[in-house]
Amino acid sequence: MSEIKTFVPTPDSPPPLTSTGVLRWLRDNLFSSWFNSLLTLLALALLVRVVPPLVSWALVHAVWTGGPGVCDDASGACWAFIAAKARVMLIGTYPPELAWRPLAAGALLAGVVAATVSGRCKKRVLTGLWPVFFAAALWLVGGGAGLETVDQSRWGGLMLSLGLAAVGILVSVPLGILLALGRRSGMGGVSAVCIGFIELVRGVPLITILFMASVMMPLFLPPNFQINNLLRVQVGIILFSSAYIAEVVRGGLQAIPKGQIDAAKALGLSPWMVTVFVVLPQAVRHVLPALIGRCIALFKDTSLVIIVGLLDFLGMAKAASQDQLWLGHEVEGYVFCAAVYWVICFGMSRYGRSLEKRGPQTNR
Amino acid sequence: MKIIGKLLLALALLALATGAMAGTLEKVQQSGELVLGVSEGVAGFSAPDSNGKWAGFDVDMGHAVAAAVLKNADAIKFVPLASKQKIVAVSSGQVDLSRGTTWTMKRDCKQGVDFTVVLFYDGQGLMVKKSLGVTKATELDGASVAVVSGTTSELNVADFARANNIKLETVVFESKKEAFNAYVAGRTDAFTTDVSQLASLRAGAANPGEHIILPETFSKEPLSPFVRHGDQQWKDLVTWVLFGLIEAEEKGITQANVLDMKAKSQDPAVQRLLGATGDVGSFVGLDNDWLVRAIQAVGNYGEMYDRSFGPKTALNIPRGHNNLWTKGGLIYAMPIR
Repeated sequence: MSEIKTFVPTPDSPPPLTSTGVLRWLRDNLFSSWFNSLLTLLALALLVRVVPPLVSWALVHAVWTGGPGVCDDASGACWAFIAAKARVMLIGTYPPELAWRPLAAGALLAGVVAATVSGRCKKRVLTGLWPVFFAAALWLVGGGAGLETVDQSRWGGLMLSLGLAAVGILVSVPLGILLALGRRSGMGGVSAVCIGFIELVRGVPLITILFMASVMMPLFLPPNFQINNLLRVQVGIILFSSAYIAEVVRGGLQAIPKGQIDAAKALGLSPWMVTVFVVLPQAVRHVLPALIGRCIALFKDTSLVIIVGLLDFLGMAKAASQDQLWLGHEVEGYVFCAAVYWVICFGMSRYGRSLEKRGPQTNR
Repeated sequence: MKIIGKLLLALALLALATGAMAGTLEKVQQSGELVLGVSEGVAGFSAPDSNGKWAGFDVDMGHAVAAAVLKNADAIKFVPLASKQKIVAVSSGQVDLSRGTTWTMKRDCKQGVDFTVVLFYDGQGLMVKKSLGVTKATELDGASVAVVSGTTSELNVADFARANNIKLETVVFESKKEAFNAYVAGRTDAFTTDVSQLASLRAGAANPGEHIILPETFSKEPLSPFVRHGDQQWKDLVTWVLFGLIEAEEKGITQANVLDMKAKSQDPAVQRLLGATGDVGSFVGLDNDWLVRAIQAVGNYGEMYDRSFGPKTALNIPRGHNNLWTKGGLIYAMPIR
């Protein structure tokens, strides 16, 4: 028996070092041409100049804890300021002994948001849950019916921003849809009113509306009939936002082929049912990205209320930096605000993406 | 736009003139709280502290009035007002009393409000580094000054320089903070804005001790609390409570010794002031202990000033114009009798 020789090929030599791993990635992405190489080097130079001072300010030389005056000699950020002012920035001038009430409302909000985002709850349940939540939150924060009343002038901080935005979004989206439907309805009177309203509101900046609501309105009302400032501002925000949402939704309505409507009618659906079950679900799905964009914009727009004397999150950060004991720490306050705003807006944006991915079936 | 604004104002004033508005004193006593307009946060004047309680000079002023009227210094509802809102908020009756604001003829005569007593004489001043060795503004010949654009600051500096025959070079910046930072970084020799603002920015700087505020001011910003036009009873009341606080400082009555003074003082003016004799309280529709309560709540004018601006505070604004007339300042109370 002679041994059978098997041919063993020499293994492939590895690819040249420059076409694998980190080097390849670097070459493809950062140094693919002389222009890109130049940009990379410039960007690197910029990072080297910016990042170390930033890190040294925000982390290395920062002061994390302590009372007033602890930051006097520090060269870095004074995060102790944020710690000391956290209460004011979150709930404003709300009475400290009742602070558990807005916090409980916040916990409820977190629960309702979690239920909504998880997508496990039935739509019907959610539709019921939100109004119940609002009633509960309003009762907790405002008082009445067994709880001590806390006047609106003491609401402020992040609580106020979230409240204005949440009510704004949940009222202005349905209102905007109604306006869009009204604008496209064949009825002359209704569509004229809707067009008039939308064009009027879209033609003025939000600041003007807030000023009208807050500064001009009291001039017309009799002295003993004063509507509360917060309510006026909230209505202003809702009206402003609903006009924009109406136009976004109208875009979606126009994208539905007429054949679908005719087909639905041929099946015997009433015009009302056609709108609710055939047109709207598709239209809203089409414009979901733009709609989420409007909601994020509305949340950020609430920071404008400072010009009419409501101290929201940003306003409270600014006011808190005027405390004699903590002067000169606006920057830390603004950085903190930016971080919180970013987290909330990014969360809304992610939720929007997940809504887009859900199929029409699971959305029922 | 201007015409519309005037029309609206005329309408509002007409409504005020014809509408039967309940007296503010009555309203405040019925509701049991004073509605006080405060700022959205101005260091020293009004700002929320770490517990969310409003504190500052204007807030103390409110405490004094609340103590006199309601016998409870804390019976106040604070309403933050943006500077564009504050006049309308008072003239339309949304707030009973507003934080100190520059007393001008237009506001007083045409915008439906009445001013009471100037409690803080602010004005444009100059800040320089201590190392410069300057003690008077007139020594600043040839210096560069950081000013904020879009205000009268620039004009005031030029007028001051011309009047004193010195040369000042102005460098204009968009915002107060920007101008201040440029000055701190050494781009200019001096920085100018209202003295209270100078003090507040200085307190927030890295080394507050390095900067001094020069004694001269060259613009008039008399800050006075104000009330709705046409309610004479309420205006009188606020005015005389504030005069009372000033008179108390002049007579040496303090938060600590007010009861003692009431019992023992032989000075007829003090006896009248504290209600030991006479009935001045009834002149403003209150009882005879009105000023005792106000002084117990916040102290006399000087104590109030020191609490917000004194040497122990971060702001540390010298009394200057805000000293008593007997000590070279402008603070002067009309006789209480």
